[in-house]
Amino acid sequence: MSLNIELETKHDVLCIRLSGELDHHTADDLREQATAVIEKNNIRHIVLNLEQLSFMDSSGLGVILGRYKQIKQVHGEMVVCAISPAIQRLFDMSGLFKIIKMEPTEEFALQRLGVA
Amino acid sequence: MKNEMNLQFSALSQNESFARVTVAAFIAQLDPNMDELTEIKTVVSEAVTNAIIHGYENDPSGIVYIQVIIEDSLIDMTIKDVGLGIADVEEARQPLFTTKPDLERSGMGFTIMENFMDEVEVHSQPGSGTEIRLRKHLKLNKMLCN
Repeated sequence: MSLNIELETKHDVLCIRLSGELDHHTADDLREQATAVIEKNNIRHIVLNLEQLSFMDSSGLGVILGRYKQIKQVHGEMVVCAISPAIQRLFDMSGLFKIIKMEPTEEFALQRLGVA
Repeated sequence: MKNEMNLQFSALSQNESFARVTVAAFIAQLDPNMDELTEIKTVVSEAVTNAIIHGYENDPSGIVYIQVIIEDSLIDMTIKDVGLGIADVEEARQPLFTTKPDLERSGMGFTIMENFMDEVEVHSQPGSGTEIRLRKHLKLNKMLCN
């Protein structure tokens, strides 16, 4: 099982939709692809849709935190949506919800950032 | 009844999913619930990733060893490398501590292992490697219902 990454730019918001498994092996791919689009399209905010993500470990937390730091430099926000209870536990444990907001759906996440 | 499984493989990141899926398949005979299965897969992933990144610094000639013993409702796993070892284990176990922030490591590996397992023991010697012993009792809901 690998990771499938779907990236869509809406104005200055990057929607990242992940399906499959996010671990150390697949995190590099996500970092490279997302970083390239963030720089090229002058992205300010990120919506991270985890609806189809079946597995994640601490390598996933690392790559998500890395992208947060990237958009923080341009005073952007990150919103995560459709997170499963198992992955939510990892976010809770690491304190990521102190800096990353959570919404039930991608639509709500986009509304929050004013692009829905 | 006691049942034991041993696995060894190259320190390659593509083997992380192989390792967690294989361990999950072995413990499936204890009929764990979905949460327990996810917890076991996550801790295997954490310990194997540590062995590959920190123990062997991504040198694929390194070998990662996993032993799993199940007995009644107890899962007893040992995940081992014979790589660099950890100089200060107490420091390594602190939440958010990492020696490799440049690689976007979160420093949450040991914290996750401690949260998801009943017992976590770390034995490490600089220059000779690290052995992580992880133990967990499954709830065995189904047996109680019978």
